[in-house]
Amino acid sequence: MKGKNLMDKIIEVKNISFSYKNEDETGINQIEVLKNVSLDIYKGEFIAVLGHNGCGKSTLAKHFNSVLLPDSGEVFVNGINTKDENKLFDIRQSVGMVFQNPDNQIVATIVEEDVAFALENLGVEPAEIRRRVDDALKTVNMFDYKDHAPHRLSGGQKQRVAIAGVIAMRPQCIVLDEPTAMLDPKGRSEVLKTIKYLNKNFNITIILITHYMEEAAQADRVVVMEKGQIILNDAPEKVFSQVDKLKSIGLDVPQVTELCYGLNQLGYNISTEIISEDECVNALLSLINNKS
Amino acid sequence: MLFSATSFYSLLLGFAFLIFIVILSQIPVKMIIKGLKPIIPIVIITTALNLFFITGETVLLKFWVITITLESVKFTVFIAVRIICLIAGTSLLTYTTSPITLTDAIERLFNPLKKIKVPVHELAMMMTIALRFIPTLIEETDKIMSAQKARGADLETGGIVQRSKAFIPILIPLFVSAFRRADDLALAMECRCYRGGEGRTRLKQLKTSTIDYIALALTILFLALVIIFNFYF
Repeated sequence: MKGKNLMDKIIEVKNISFSYKNEDETGINQIEVLKNVSLDIYKGEFIAVLGHNGCGKSTLAKHFNSVLLPDSGEVFVNGINTKDENKLFDIRQSVGMVFQNPDNQIVATIVEEDVAFALENLGVEPAEIRRRVDDALKTVNMFDYKDHAPHRLSGGQKQRVAIAGVIAMRPQCIVLDEPTAMLDPKGRSEVLKTIKYLNKNFNITIILITHYMEEAAQADRVVVMEKGQIILNDAPEKVFSQVDKLKSIGLDVPQVTELCYGLNQLGYNISTEIISEDECVNALLSLINNKS
Repeated sequence: MLFSATSFYSLLLGFAFLIFIVILSQIPVKMIIKGLKPIIPIVIITTALNLFFITGETVLLKFWVITITLESVKFTVFIAVRIICLIAGTSLLTYTTSPITLTDAIERLFNPLKKIKVPVHELAMMMTIALRFIPTLIEETDKIMSAQKARGADLETGGIVQRSKAFIPILIPLFVSAFRRADDLALAMECRCYRGGEGRTRLKQLKTSTIDYIALALTILFLALVIIFNFYF
Protein backbone atom coordinates (compact mmCIF):
# COMPACT_ATOMS: atom_id res chain seq x y z
CA MET A 1 0.00 0.00 0.00
CA LYS A 2 1.46 3.26 -1.19
CA GLY A 3 4.73 1.51 -1.93
CA LYS A 4 5.54 0.60 1.64
CA ASN A 5 7.58 -2.44 2.42
CA LEU A 6 5.08 -5.05 3.46
CA MET A 7 7.61 -7.70 4.36
CA ASP A 8 7.98 -6.88 8.05
CA LYS A 9 5.09 -7.62 10.32
CA ILE A 10 5.10 -5.61 13.52
CA ILE A 11 1.97 -7.05 15.07
CA GLU A 12 0.59 -10.47 14.32
CA VAL A 13 -2.76 -11.44 15.77
CA LYS A 14 -3.52 -15.15 15.47
CA ASN A 15 -7.05 -16.44 16.07
CA ILE A 16 -7.61 -14.66 19.35
CA SER A 17 -10.78 -14.86 21.42
CA PHE A 18 -11.49 -12.89 24.54
CA SER A 19 -14.38 -12.52 26.93
CA TYR A 20 -15.00 -10.30 29.92
CA LYS A 21 -16.24 -12.03 33.02
CA ASN A 22 -19.03 -10.24 34.73
CA GLU A 23 -20.31 -11.34 38.12
CA ASP A 24 -23.81 -10.47 39.30
CA GLU A 25 -26.75 -12.03 41.19
CA THR A 26 -27.39 -14.55 38.45
CA GLY A 27 -23.83 -15.89 38.64
CA ILE A 28 -20.84 -15.38 36.41
CA ASN A 29 -21.67 -14.09 32.97
CA GLN A 30 -19.21 -14.30 30.15
CA ILE A 31 -19.45 -11.66 27.52
CA GLU A 32 -17.59 -12.70 24.44
CA VAL A 33 -15.98 -9.62 22.95
CA LEU A 34 -13.53 -11.03 20.41
CA LYS A 35 -14.29 -14.12 18.36
CA ASN A 36 -11.42 -15.74 16.56
CA VAL A 37 -9.84 -12.54 15.29
CA SER A 38 -6.73 -12.60 13.08
CA LEU A 39 -4.94 -9.54 11.80
CA ASP A 40 -1.47 -8.69 10.49
CA ILE A 41 -0.06 -5.21 10.83
CA TYR A 42 3.03 -4.25 8.87
CA LYS A 43 5.76 -1.77 9.73
CA GLY A 44 5.02 1.80 8.71
CA GLU A 45 1.35 1.21 7.98
CA PHE A 46 -1.44 3.60 8.91
CA ILE A 47 -4.45 1.51 9.84
CA ALA A 48 -7.87 2.75 10.87
CA VAL A 49 -10.17 0.52 12.88
CA LEU A 50 -13.88 1.26 12.57
CA GLY A 51 -16.93 -0.13 14.26
CA HIS A 52 -19.63 1.14 16.57
CA ASN A 53 -19.57 0.99 20.36
CA GLY A 54 -19.13 -2.44 21.86
CA CYS A 55 -17.86 -4.10 18.69
CA GLY A 56 -14.60 -5.02 20.40
CA LYS A 57 -12.24 -2.56 18.76
CA SER A 58 -10.88 -1.13 22.03
CA THR A 59 -10.53 -4.63 23.44
CA LEU A 60 -8.57 -5.66 20.38
CA ALA A 61 -6.32 -2.61 20.78
CA LYS A 62 -5.56 -3.53 24.39
CA HIS A 63 -4.20 -6.86 23.17
CA PHE A 64 -1.53 -5.10 21.12
CA ASN A 65 0.61 -4.15 24.13
CA SER A 66 -0.40 -6.92 26.52
CA VAL A 67 -2.71 -4.88 28.68
CA LEU A 68 -5.09 -7.75 28.02
CA LEU A 69 -4.08 -11.29 27.19
CA PRO A 70 -6.21 -13.41 24.86
CA ASP A 71 -8.21 -16.34 26.28
CA SER A 72 -7.18 -18.37 23.26
CA GLY A 73 -4.92 -17.64 20.32
CA GLU A 74 -1.78 -15.54 20.34
CA VAL A 75 -0.55 -12.03 19.69
CA PHE A 76 3.03 -11.39 18.58
CA VAL A 77 4.74 -8.01 18.69
CA ASN A 78 7.99 -8.06 16.71
CA GLY A 79 7.87 -11.83 17.06
CA ILE A 80 7.53 -11.68 20.86
CA ASN A 81 4.47 -13.35 22.34
CA THR A 82 2.53 -10.87 24.49
CA LYS A 83 2.15 -13.60 27.11
CA ASP A 84 5.90 -13.46 27.77
CA GLU A 85 6.07 -11.60 31.08
CA ASN A 86 9.82 -11.07 30.92
CA LYS A 87 9.46 -9.02 27.74
CA LEU A 88 6.44 -7.04 28.98
CA PHE A 89 8.22 -3.70 29.07
CA ASP A 90 9.90 -4.30 25.71
CA ILE A 91 6.47 -4.79 24.20
CA ARG A 92 4.99 -1.73 25.90
CA GLN A 93 7.92 0.35 24.78
CA SER A 94 7.52 -0.69 21.13
CA VAL A 95 3.75 -0.29 21.11
CA GLY A 96 2.61 2.93 22.75
CA MET A 97 -0.99 3.77 23.48
CA VAL A 98 -2.98 7.01 23.53
CA PHE A 99 -6.48 7.06 25.01
CA GLN A 100 -9.69 8.91 24.48
CA ASN A 101 -9.81 11.25 27.45
CA PRO A 102 -6.79 13.57 27.42
CA ASP A 103 -7.31 14.51 31.08
CA ASN A 104 -7.08 10.98 32.37
CA GLN A 105 -3.72 10.07 30.88
CA ILE A 106 -1.60 13.00 31.96
CA VAL A 107 0.19 12.12 35.18
CA ALA A 108 2.35 15.11 36.08
CA THR A 109 1.54 18.73 36.83
CA ILE A 110 3.91 20.14 34.21
CA VAL A 111 3.91 19.28 30.50
CA GLU A 112 7.57 18.30 30.23
CA GLU A 113 7.44 16.21 33.41
CA ASP A 114 4.57 14.27 31.92
CA VAL A 115 6.39 13.64 28.66
CA ALA A 116 9.34 12.40 30.71
CA PHE A 117 7.17 10.00 32.73
CA ALA A 118 7.65 6.91 30.55
CA LEU A 119 11.39 7.53 30.24
CA GLU A 120 11.72 7.90 34.00
CA ASN A 121 9.97 4.56 34.40
CA LEU A 122 12.34 2.95 31.91
CA GLY A 123 15.33 4.24 33.86
CA VAL A 124 16.82 6.37 31.09
CA GLU A 125 19.71 8.70 32.02
CA PRO A 126 18.59 12.27 32.93
CA ALA A 127 20.56 13.91 30.10
CA GLU A 128 19.05 11.52 27.57
CA ILE A 129 15.57 12.12 29.03
CA ARG A 130 16.05 15.86 28.55
CA ARG A 131 17.03 15.36 24.90
CA ARG A 132 14.20 12.99 24.09
CA VAL A 133 11.57 15.11 25.89
CA ASP A 134 12.60 18.18 23.93
CA ASP A 135 12.60 16.20 20.67
CA ALA A 136 9.18 14.73 21.37
CA LEU A 137 7.68 18.10 22.26
CA LYS A 138 9.11 19.67 19.12
CA THR A 139 7.74 16.83 17.01
CA VAL A 140 4.18 17.43 18.19
CA ASN A 141 4.75 21.18 18.05
CA MET A 142 4.22 21.75 21.77
CA PHE A 143 7.75 22.81 22.74
CA ASP A 144 6.65 26.33 23.67
CA TYR A 145 4.28 24.92 26.26
CA LYS A 146 6.77 22.71 28.08
CA ASP A 147 6.51 24.62 31.37
CA HIS A 148 2.73 24.92 31.32
CA ALA A 149 0.26 23.16 33.57
CA PRO A 150 -1.70 20.57 31.58
CA HIS A 151 -5.11 21.72 32.79
CA ARG A 152 -4.62 25.09 31.13
CA LEU A 153 -4.20 23.56 27.67
CA SER A 154 -6.94 22.93 25.12
CA GLY A 155 -8.13 19.40 24.42
CA GLY A 156 -6.13 19.13 21.20
CA GLN A 157 -3.00 20.38 22.94
CA LYS A 158 -3.45 17.93 25.81
CA GLN A 159 -3.85 15.09 23.38
CA ARG A 160 -0.66 16.14 21.58
CA VAL A 161 1.15 16.17 24.92
CA ALA A 162 -0.12 12.63 25.48
CA ILE A 163 1.22 11.67 22.05
CA ALA A 164 4.56 13.28 22.91
CA GLY A 165 4.64 11.23 26.11
CA VAL A 166 4.33 8.11 23.99
CA ILE A 167 6.78 9.02 21.22
CA ALA A 168 9.42 9.94 23.79
CA MET A 169 9.69 6.16 24.35
CA ARG A 170 10.65 5.90 20.65
CA PRO A 171 8.00 3.26 19.90
CA GLN A 172 7.67 1.58 16.52
CA CYS A 173 3.93 1.60 16.71
CA ILE A 174 1.31 3.83 18.32
CA VAL A 175 -2.22 2.67 19.04
CA LEU A 176 -4.66 5.55 19.38
CA ASP A 177 -8.00 4.65 20.94
CA GLU A 178 -10.46 7.28 19.72
CA PRO A 179 -8.03 10.11 20.41
CA THR A 180 -10.27 12.72 18.81
CA ALA A 181 -13.63 11.69 20.27
CA MET A 182 -13.65 14.39 22.95
CA LEU A 183 -12.12 17.18 20.88
CA ASP A 184 -13.55 20.08 18.90
CA PRO A 185 -12.98 20.18 15.11
CA LYS A 186 -9.82 22.28 15.50
CA GLY A 187 -8.30 19.92 18.06
CA ARG A 188 -9.28 17.00 15.87
CA SER A 189 -7.42 18.28 12.84
CA GLU A 190 -4.37 19.14 15.00
CA VAL A 191 -4.19 15.61 16.34
CA LEU A 192 -4.78 13.97 12.97
CA LYS A 193 -2.10 16.13 11.40
CA THR A 194 0.35 15.07 14.10
CA ILE A 195 -0.50 11.40 13.60
CA LYS A 196 0.04 11.60 9.84
CA TYR A 197 3.27 13.51 10.33
CA LEU A 198 4.61 10.78 12.62
CA ASN A 199 3.60 8.11 10.14
CA LYS A 200 5.19 9.82 7.13
CA ASN A 201 8.38 11.23 8.62
CA PHE A 202 9.28 8.73 11.31
CA ASN A 203 7.75 5.65 9.72
CA ILE A 204 5.88 4.91 12.94
CA THR A 205 3.09 2.39 12.49
CA ILE A 206 -0.24 3.96 13.40
CA ILE A 207 -3.34 2.10 14.50
CA LEU A 208 -6.14 4.62 14.76
CA ILE A 209 -9.41 3.56 16.33
CA THR A 210 -12.05 6.05 15.36
CA HIS A 211 -15.69 6.90 14.81
CA TYR A 212 -15.00 9.47 12.15
CA MET A 213 -15.15 8.20 8.58
CA GLU A 214 -13.25 11.21 7.31
CA GLU A 215 -10.31 10.24 9.53
CA ALA A 216 -10.45 6.60 8.48
CA ALA A 217 -10.48 7.63 4.82
CA GLN A 218 -6.94 9.01 5.23
CA ALA A 219 -5.49 5.68 6.33
CA ASP A 220 -3.65 3.12 4.19
CA ARG A 221 -5.98 0.35 5.30
CA VAL A 222 -9.34 0.23 7.03
CA VAL A 223 -10.44 -2.59 9.30
CA VAL A 224 -14.14 -2.76 10.10
CA MET A 225 -15.27 -4.71 13.14
CA GLU A 226 -18.72 -5.95 14.04
CA LYS A 227 -19.72 -8.12 17.01
CA GLY A 228 -16.16 -9.11 17.84
CA GLN A 229 -15.16 -10.05 14.32
CA ILE A 230 -13.36 -8.36 11.48
CA ILE A 231 -15.79 -8.09 8.60
CA LEU A 232 -13.87 -5.84 6.22
CA ASN A 233 -10.13 -5.34 5.87
CA ASP A 234 -9.01 -3.45 2.79
CA ALA A 235 -7.94 -0.12 1.33
CA PRO A 236 -10.33 2.70 2.31
CA GLU A 237 -11.64 3.11 -1.27
CA LYS A 238 -12.64 -0.56 -1.38
CA VAL A 239 -14.15 -0.55 2.12
CA PHE A 240 -16.21 2.60 1.73
CA SER A 241 -17.56 1.61 -1.67
CA GLN A 242 -19.56 -1.06 0.15
CA VAL A 243 -22.06 1.52 1.29
CA ASP A 244 -24.94 -0.88 1.87
CA LYS A 245 -22.91 -3.30 3.95
CA LEU A 246 -21.58 -0.49 6.16
CA LYS A 247 -25.04 1.03 6.58
CA SER A 248 -26.49 -2.35 7.51
CA ILE A 249 -24.20 -2.50 10.57
CA GLY A 250 -24.97 1.08 11.51
CA LEU A 251 -21.86 2.78 10.18
CA ASP A 252 -21.65 5.77 7.91
CA VAL A 253 -19.45 6.40 4.93
CA PRO A 254 -17.72 9.71 4.12
CA GLN A 255 -20.24 12.18 2.70
CA VAL A 256 -18.51 12.38 -0.69
CA THR A 257 -18.57 8.60 -1.02
CA GLU A 258 -22.26 8.54 -0.24
CA LEU A 259 -22.90 11.23 -2.84
CA CYS A 260 -20.99 9.38 -5.55
CA TYR A 261 -22.60 6.09 -4.57
CA GLY A 262 -26.05 7.68 -4.84
CA LEU A 263 -25.25 9.13 -8.26
CA ASN A 264 -23.89 5.77 -9.39
CA GLN A 265 -27.09 4.01 -8.28
CA LEU A 266 -29.08 6.51 -10.34
CA GLY A 267 -27.17 5.37 -13.40
CA TYR A 268 -24.52 8.08 -13.69
CA ASN A 269 -21.08 6.96 -14.73
CA ILE A 270 -19.13 7.79 -11.57
CA SER A 271 -16.80 5.70 -9.45
CA THR A 272 -17.96 4.59 -6.01
CA GLU A 273 -14.40 4.39 -4.74
CA ILE A 274 -14.11 8.11 -4.03
CA ILE A 275 -13.18 9.11 -0.51
CA SER A 276 -11.71 12.60 -0.67
CA GLU A 277 -13.34 15.90 -1.54
CA ASP A 278 -10.81 16.69 -4.27
CA GLU A 279 -11.43 13.39 -6.01
CA CYS A 280 -15.14 13.97 -5.80
CA VAL A 281 -14.91 17.48 -7.26
CA ASN A 282 -12.82 16.19 -10.18
CA ALA A 283 -15.15 13.28 -10.83
CA LEU A 284 -18.21 15.56 -10.77
CA LEU A 285 -16.53 18.06 -13.09
CA SER A 286 -15.65 15.41 -15.64
CA LEU A 287 -19.20 14.05 -15.36
CA ILE A 288 -20.67 17.49 -16.09
CA ASN A 289 -18.22 18.12 -18.93
CA ASN A 290 -19.09 14.79 -20.55
CA LYS A 291 -22.81 15.62 -20.43
CA SER A 292 -22.45 18.96 -22.09
CA MET B 1 11.94 30.14 64.15
CA LEU B 2 8.91 32.33 64.68
CA PHE B 3 7.48 30.01 67.29
CA SER B 4 10.70 30.01 69.26
CA ALA B 5 10.73 33.79 69.38
CA THR B 6 9.22 34.76 72.70
CA SER B 7 10.63 38.24 73.16
CA PHE B 8 9.90 41.29 71.07
CA TYR B 9 13.45 41.69 69.82
CA SER B 10 13.82 38.10 68.74
CA LEU B 11 10.59 38.43 66.78
CA LEU B 12 12.00 41.55 65.20
CA LEU B 13 15.03 39.53 64.17
CA GLY B 14 12.78 36.89 62.64
CA PHE B 15 10.98 39.63 60.74
CA ALA B 16 14.31 40.97 59.48
CA PHE B 17 15.22 37.47 58.29
CA LEU B 18 11.92 37.22 56.45
CA ILE B 19 12.54 40.52 54.67
CA PHE B 20 16.02 39.32 53.80
CA ILE B 21 14.75 36.13 52.13
CA VAL B 22 11.93 37.99 50.36
CA ILE B 23 14.57 40.23 48.78
CA LEU B 24 16.64 37.15 47.91
CA SER B 25 13.72 35.36 46.30
CA GLN B 26 13.03 38.35 44.02
CA ILE B 27 9.32 37.81 44.38
CA PRO B 28 7.41 41.10 44.09
CA VAL B 29 6.25 42.37 47.48
CA LYS B 30 2.84 43.05 45.92
CA MET B 31 2.30 39.35 45.36
CA ILE B 32 3.12 38.53 48.97
CA ILE B 33 0.80 41.24 50.26
CA LYS B 34 -1.92 39.86 47.99
CA GLY B 35 -1.35 36.44 49.52
CA LEU B 36 -1.86 37.94 52.96
CA LYS B 37 -5.32 39.27 52.19
CA PRO B 38 -7.29 36.14 53.15
CA ILE B 39 -5.86 36.14 56.67
CA ILE B 40 -6.81 39.76 57.45
CA PRO B 41 -10.06 38.71 59.21
CA ILE B 42 -8.13 36.22 61.37
CA VAL B 43 -5.63 38.90 62.32
CA ILE B 44 -8.41 41.35 63.16
CA ILE B 45 -10.32 38.84 65.30
CA THR B 46 -7.26 37.74 67.28
CA THR B 47 -6.22 41.36 67.67
CA ALA B 48 -9.61 42.31 69.08
CA LEU B 49 -9.77 39.34 71.42
CA ASN B 50 -6.26 39.85 72.72
CA LEU B 51 -6.72 43.57 73.09
CA PHE B 52 -9.88 43.32 75.18
CA PHE B 53 -9.37 40.19 77.20
CA ILE B 54 -5.75 40.24 78.27
CA THR B 55 -5.43 41.76 81.69
CA GLY B 56 -2.45 43.80 82.77
CA GLU B 57 -1.44 46.36 85.34
CA THR B 58 -0.86 49.57 83.39
CA VAL B 59 -4.30 50.66 82.31
CA LEU B 60 -4.27 52.83 79.23
CA LEU B 61 -7.95 53.20 78.55
CA LYS B 62 -11.05 52.41 80.48
CA PHE B 63 -14.42 52.58 78.78
CA TRP B 64 -17.55 50.89 80.10
CA VAL B 65 -16.55 47.19 80.51
CA ILE B 66 -13.55 47.44 78.21
CA THR B 67 -10.12 48.00 79.60
CA ILE B 68 -7.03 48.21 77.47
CA THR B 69 -3.72 47.79 79.16
CA LEU B 70 -0.16 48.32 77.99
CA GLU B 71 0.53 44.58 78.27
CA SER B 72 -2.41 43.69 76.09
CA VAL B 73 -1.31 46.18 73.40
CA LYS B 74 2.19 44.74 73.42
CA PHE B 75 0.97 41.18 73.22
CA THR B 76 -1.54 41.99 70.47
CA VAL B 77 1.07 43.56 68.23
CA PHE B 78 3.35 40.63 68.94
CA ILE B 79 0.77 38.04 67.86
CA ALA B 80 -0.33 40.00 64.79
CA VAL B 81 3.24 40.34 63.54
CA ARG B 82 3.85 36.68 64.20
CA ILE B 83 0.80 35.55 62.19
CA ILE B 84 1.67 37.81 59.27
CA CYS B 85 5.27 36.59 59.25
CA LEU B 86 4.15 32.97 59.37
CA ILE B 87 1.84 33.26 56.39
CA ALA B 88 4.26 35.36 54.35
CA GLY B 89 7.04 32.87 55.09
CA THR B 90 5.06 29.80 54.06
CA SER B 91 3.71 31.50 50.93
CA LEU B 92 7.32 32.16 49.95
CA LEU B 93 7.87 28.41 49.83
CA THR B 94 4.96 27.81 47.46
CA TYR B 95 5.91 30.82 45.31
CA THR B 96 9.48 29.66 44.79
CA THR B 97 9.11 25.86 44.64
CA SER B 98 6.93 23.89 42.24
CA PRO B 99 4.75 21.12 43.70
CA ILE B 100 6.72 18.52 41.75
CA THR B 101 10.00 19.61 43.29
CA LEU B 102 8.34 19.59 46.68
CA THR B 103 7.05 16.05 46.33
CA ASP B 104 10.43 14.98 44.96
CA ALA B 105 12.09 16.51 47.99
CA ILE B 106 9.65 14.80 50.33
CA GLU B 107 10.37 11.49 48.61
CA ARG B 108 14.11 12.01 49.09
CA LEU B 109 13.73 13.20 52.66
CA PHE B 110 11.69 10.17 53.69
CA ASN B 111 13.87 7.73 51.76
CA PRO B 112 15.38 6.22 54.95
CA LEU B 113 11.86 5.17 55.96
CA LYS B 114 11.89 2.66 53.09
CA LYS B 115 13.97 0.43 55.33
CA ILE B 116 10.99 0.03 57.67
CA LYS B 117 8.76 -0.64 54.63
CA VAL B 118 7.02 2.72 54.40
CA PRO B 119 5.90 3.04 50.74
CA VAL B 120 7.65 6.38 50.24
CA HIS B 121 7.64 6.39 46.45
CA GLU B 122 3.98 5.44 46.30
CA LEU B 123 3.04 8.23 48.71
CA ALA B 124 4.97 10.81 46.68
CA MET B 125 3.33 9.53 43.48
CA MET B 126 -0.09 9.81 45.09
CA MET B 127 0.66 13.38 46.08
CA THR B 128 1.74 14.30 42.56
CA ILE B 129 -1.40 12.77 41.08
CA ALA B 130 -3.60 14.43 43.70
CA LEU B 131 -2.08 17.80 42.86
CA ARG B 132 -2.51 17.11 39.16
CA PHE B 133 -6.20 16.26 39.50
CA ILE B 134 -7.31 19.07 41.82
CA PRO B 135 -8.13 21.48 38.97
CA THR B 136 -9.71 18.69 36.92
CA LEU B 137 -12.00 17.68 39.76
CA ILE B 138 -12.95 21.28 40.55
CA GLU B 139 -13.98 21.69 36.92
CA GLU B 140 -15.93 18.44 37.15
CA THR B 141 -17.70 19.60 40.33
CA ASP B 142 -18.76 22.82 38.60
CA LYS B 143 -20.13 20.83 35.68
CA ILE B 144 -22.07 18.42 37.90
CA MET B 145 -23.45 21.32 39.95
CA SER B 146 -24.70 23.04 36.83
CA ALA B 147 -26.19 19.79 35.57
CA GLN B 148 -28.02 19.15 38.84
CA LYS B 149 -29.20 22.75 39.04
CA ALA B 150 -30.54 22.43 35.51
CA ARG B 151 -32.62 19.50 36.73
CA GLY B 152 -34.01 21.58 39.54
CA ALA B 153 -31.64 20.78 42.39
CA ASP B 154 -31.79 23.42 45.10
CA LEU B 155 -28.36 24.07 46.55
CA GLU B 156 -28.75 27.55 47.99
CA THR B 157 -31.71 27.57 50.35
CA GLY B 158 -32.51 25.80 53.59
CA GLY B 159 -30.61 25.14 56.77
CA ILE B 160 -27.25 23.48 57.10
CA VAL B 161 -28.71 19.97 57.22
CA GLN B 162 -30.87 20.54 54.17
CA ARG B 163 -28.03 22.10 52.23
CA SER B 164 -25.55 19.39 53.00
CA LYS B 165 -28.19 16.83 51.99
CA ALA B 166 -28.53 18.67 48.70
CA PHE B 167 -24.85 18.02 48.05
CA ILE B 168 -25.28 14.25 47.94
CA PRO B 169 -26.43 14.29 44.29
CA ILE B 170 -23.24 16.15 43.50
CA LEU B 171 -20.86 14.00 45.51
CA ILE B 172 -22.06 10.67 44.13
CA PRO B 173 -21.45 11.45 40.43
CA LEU B 174 -18.18 13.09 41.42
CA PHE B 175 -16.99 9.93 43.15
CA VAL B 176 -18.12 7.71 40.31
CA SER B 177 -16.27 9.81 37.78
CA ALA B 178 -13.19 10.05 39.99
CA PHE B 179 -13.04 6.24 40.14
CA ARG B 180 -13.45 6.02 36.40
CA ARG B 181 -10.64 8.52 35.95
CA ALA B 182 -8.44 6.55 38.32
CA ASP B 183 -9.08 3.43 36.24
CA ASP B 184 -8.14 5.21 33.02
CA LEU B 185 -5.07 6.76 34.57
CA ALA B 186 -3.85 3.45 35.93
CA LEU B 187 -4.16 1.95 32.46
CA ALA B 188 -2.35 4.88 30.85
CA MET B 189 0.45 4.65 33.42
CA GLU B 190 0.79 0.92 32.86
CA CYS B 191 1.02 1.51 29.12
CA ARG B 192 3.87 3.90 29.78
CA CYS B 193 5.80 1.16 31.57
CA TYR B 194 5.12 2.31 35.12
CA ARG B 195 6.42 -0.27 37.60
CA GLY B 196 6.80 1.53 40.88
CA GLY B 197 9.83 3.34 42.24
CA GLU B 198 12.47 0.72 41.46
CA GLY B 199 15.05 1.70 38.88
CA ARG B 200 13.29 4.98 38.24
CA THR B 201 15.31 7.97 37.06
CA ARG B 202 14.22 11.60 37.10
CA LEU B 203 14.19 14.30 34.45
CA LYS B 204 15.31 16.85 36.99
CA GLN B 205 17.82 15.48 39.44
CA LEU B 206 17.79 17.13 42.85
CA LYS B 207 21.33 17.91 43.92
CA THR B 208 22.51 19.55 47.09
CA SER B 209 25.00 22.24 46.08
CA THR B 210 27.03 24.83 47.99
CA ILE B 211 24.21 27.36 47.90
CA ASP B 212 21.90 24.91 49.71
CA TYR B 213 24.47 24.47 52.46
CA ILE B 214 24.88 28.25 52.76
CA ALA B 215 21.09 28.63 53.05
CA LEU B 216 20.96 25.90 55.69
CA ALA B 217 23.82 27.51 57.66
CA LEU B 218 22.16 30.93 57.50
CA THR B 219 18.86 29.54 58.75
CA ILE B 220 20.55 27.80 61.66
CA LEU B 221 22.49 30.96 62.47
CA PHE B 222 19.31 33.04 62.58
CA LEU B 223 17.52 30.43 64.68
CA ALA B 224 20.39 30.47 67.17
CA LEU B 225 20.35 34.26 67.25
CA VAL B 226 16.61 34.30 67.90
CA ILE B 227 17.03 31.92 70.83
CA ILE B 228 19.91 33.98 72.23
CA PHE B 229 17.84 37.15 71.89
CA ASN B 230 15.08 35.47 73.88
CA PHE B 231 17.38 35.21 76.87
CA TYR B 232 19.15 38.54 76.77
CA PHE B 233 16.49 41.05 75.85
